Amino acid sequence: MITLKIDGKTVEVPENTTVLRAAEAAGITIPTLCDHPDLTPYGGCRLCVVEVKGYRLPMASCALPVSQDMEVITENPALAEARRGILELLLSDYYDQGYEDGLGGSNELLHWAEHYHIDLEQAMAKQPRYRVDSDPNPFVWVDMNKCILCTRCIRACADVQGRFVWSLAARGAHTQVVAGAGTTMLDARCESCGACVAYCPTGALNNKMSLHLGAADRKVTTTCTYCGVGCQLELNVKDDKVIRVTSNSDAAVNGMRLCVKGRYGYDFIHHPDRLTQPQVRKYLLDGTPRPPGRGEWVTVDWDTALDLTAAKLSACRDIYGSNSLGILCSAKCLNEENYLFNKFARQVIGTNNIDHCARL
Amino acid sequence: MMEVKVINKRALVLVSDDSESRRLGSQELLQALRTEIDRCGLANEVDLNTIVDVGAKNLLPLVIIYPEAVVYGPVHPADAGRIVKEHLSQGRVIEEMIVPKHQLTGRIAWLAARSGALPAAQRIVLERAGRIDPESIEDYIIYDGYQALTKALTQMTPAQVIEELTISGLQGRGGAGFPTGKKWEIVASTSGSKKYVICNADESEPGTYKDRVILESDPHSIVEAMALAAYAIGADEGFIYIRGEYQLAQQRFQKAIEQAQALGLLGEHILGTDFSFHLHIHSGAGAYVCGEETALIESIEGKRGEPRSRPPYPTTHGLWGCPTLVNNVETLANVPPILRRSGEWYKKFGTPSSPGTKVYTIFGNVNLTGVFEVPMGITLREAISIYAKGMKNGAAFKLAQTGGSSGSLIPASLQDTPLDFAATRKAGVSLGSGALLIADENTCVVDLVKVLLNFFRFESCGKCTPCRIGTQRSYEILTRITQGQAELDALDELLKLADQMVRLSNCGLGQTAAVPIRDMLKHFRTEVEAHIQLGVCPTGVCPMRVEAPAAEEMQPLASA
Repeated sequence: MITLKIDGKTVEVPENTTVLRAAEAAGITIPTLCDHPDLTPYGGCRLCVVEVKGYRLPMASCALPVSQDMEVITENPALAEARRGILELLLSDYYDQGYEDGLGGSNELLHWAEHYHIDLEQAMAKQPRYRVDSDPNPFVWVDMNKCILCTRCIRACADVQGRFVWSLAARGAHTQVVAGAGTTMLDARCESCGACVAYCPTGALNNKMSLHLGAADRKVTTTCTYCGVGCQLELNVKDDKVIRVTSNSDAAVNGMRLCVKGRYGYDFIHHPDRLTQPQVRKYLLDGTPRPPGRGEWVTVDWDTALDLTAAKLSACRDIYGSNSLGILCSAKCLNEENYLFNKFARQVIGTNNIDHCARL
Repeated sequence: MMEVKVINKRALVLVSDDSESRRLGSQELLQALRTEIDRCGLANEVDLNTIVDVGAKNLLPLVIIYPEAVVYGPVHPADAGRIVKEHLSQGRVIEEMIVPKHQLTGRIAWLAARSGALPAAQRIVLERAGRIDPESIEDYIIYDGYQALTKALTQMTPAQVIEELTISGLQGRGGAGFPTGKKWEIVASTSGSKKYVICNADESEPGTYKDRVILESDPHSIVEAMALAAYAIGADEGFIYIRGEYQLAQQRFQKAIEQAQALGLLGEHILGTDFSFHLHIHSGAGAYVCGEETALIESIEGKRGEPRSRPPYPTTHGLWGCPTLVNNVETLANVPPILRRSGEWYKKFGTPSSPGTKVYTIFGNVNLTGVFEVPMGITLREAISIYAKGMKNGAAFKLAQTGGSSGSLIPASLQDTPLDFAATRKAGVSLGSGALLIADENTCVVDLVKVLLNFFRFESCGKCTPCRIGTQRSYEILTRITQGQAELDALDELLKLADQMVRLSNCGLGQTAAVPIRDMLKHFRTEVEAHIQLGVCPTGVCPMRVEAPAAEEMQPLASA
């Protein structure tokens, strides 16, 4: 363990902890932009600079490992002035075209700019540098005018998702985040998981489907229904409609990770074609011969539907034999449910014809 | 027919010319020297100039003659004839007129420490340059090559090798001047089963090409030096990161590696000992920032050339996380001569605070541009007069920039500062890599600094905010000044940006990109203000109006 002093407080943390994390452990907040606890430290934005005894210049606390008896000052007039300078520089390259971005009028950059009393109107860029909505990805909205090159998207894609879609191109004032070698996201092997969106601190990457829907009035934490992993997600609800799905670091199973289905596959919730009650063909209820086109659907209760299904399955087994039937179960079921399917196929139906949609 | 003027300056004579010296007849002395020089037909060979504020009141007027760095004083106008005849014509130092070294005080006190021998006899780094076939290992061996390695492997322990370097006082020649022996010792004392030696031959500082000359003329000296470094720190593998444009240097170095391997001087069990060392070439790809050691390491690892956050330093966490020694080409080139002879021998050259020689690259508005090696501690004025054969077209000196684009701007008033690490640091300027850009009176300082910032805004790696955006904003303000579109508060803004770049940047690139801005406002503020307040560029270089803007491509690559 290493003992150090942060703003006069004695803190004890394990070796290789960064000064930023040590400060957090001591309940001290240091402003950050390029840092995220899930991602490899970068030290690019320089917003988190602190004064460390023995160092001539301010040091980036997010990338500085603690050392024994270190003495750190996290805020004073000089550091506040430094942060203001950094924020003004970042804002001078930040252009907001003025569209509704669904983030409630703020983001991490604007939050800190307001915290340090910066005149946003004056500080922000007056001209766009890039085309707004520059990538055809169906789920991810790209507006590089809001990019501050914190590279959280790049590290999220590489460290968290392992897809390596994003990277930096060019140098100096021309540096920009690009997909692949300057291609579209999908051409750069993007799976549209939206991790880059989840980590973006400015809305340069955003959810295309939710863009103009405004801010949510509540968030409902729930579990994804798509597969058995059980990812936790947050339904962002406005006027009783799900307008967006977000992830959160505290989720026990998945953290900030979600797949394309969990994050973007929620359109079924309010879809008019969605089935909410069992339906059967009318001719089956009537016991009449099958009409051409199989006739119309009738809404029934569960018992009726299940009895009918059981009777038809039994009839098939009895007339044509057990192997005339096959069972295909689903990744949307839990392990326990899939186990029961297995029992049902082998013991009730008496066949080995069972498979699963996720068997590759 | 056009008259061809042969310029072959070989000496610089400085006469003290402050009010006290004038009272004691310095003007008459100057006149007498001028007459004598002309009479002996030496006008094309000797530069005569004045120096003020030399201290040593009882020695005035005094005369300093370079390159021997001899001080005579007090000198009577009647002595002019003798000085020109004996010293300048016949090359004999007049012993009885020399000021004893202990009497040198004030601004010229450092001359007491300077070794006075002629530069031709003091080549260390460029000892073999031009004398051997660089593609022949036999030539290298005939001229004492691989003797230092043989001596170290058979007679010295790694600790003794480092000890000898520490005694020599060798400092890193890449720019920062870190004591080489100390750096080797840190890497040697760091535990680790795998260590690396890296030679930084990226040499991307504009106007610097000393490393290229070394690599192209004497590649084996670097092979030998890297093997010595590996032996001293306990490494078995090394990389040399050579600038991509240096094709010839890469070819010759590759040949040198193959020749050394064939003779058992590289590879497994070198010279039959237990020491093994493998050496690889890594070609740069044209990024200025990869000269920064951690960006260079990232680049060798196959990543984007972005400097890492430090600490930890490469000495403990370098290439692939292993302890790594990174040295500049010129630094390494000094190592075999030191080990072949001794650290004490090396200390005889240069100044006590910066021993040895330095290879300078001189370019700009001078008559002769190129590379020259001299003992540490020559002055800028000396470099211009003697080695660069004077200013081009007789124009007046305005400023120099030392150490490439990121170096300090040195005004005429600092021309007599010796160019060694300690003295330049004391004078608030940086020696850097030893590039000397000489600009004459026709150069506009705003235009020069604008060109430099244009370079930096393209060459910043883009990682950290102050460097990436600060260089761009500074460039925009400087452009406005050259267009006559700036207000006086633009200078405050420039200084604020410079301060942010210096204090908050992640690496030396952003920190030093601000140096020319600060120096411009420190030494040439009047000239900058003339642009703003009078709407005039005093040298007539700047357009002072808005020209058609150059179309700048800033479209995202993805929108194709």
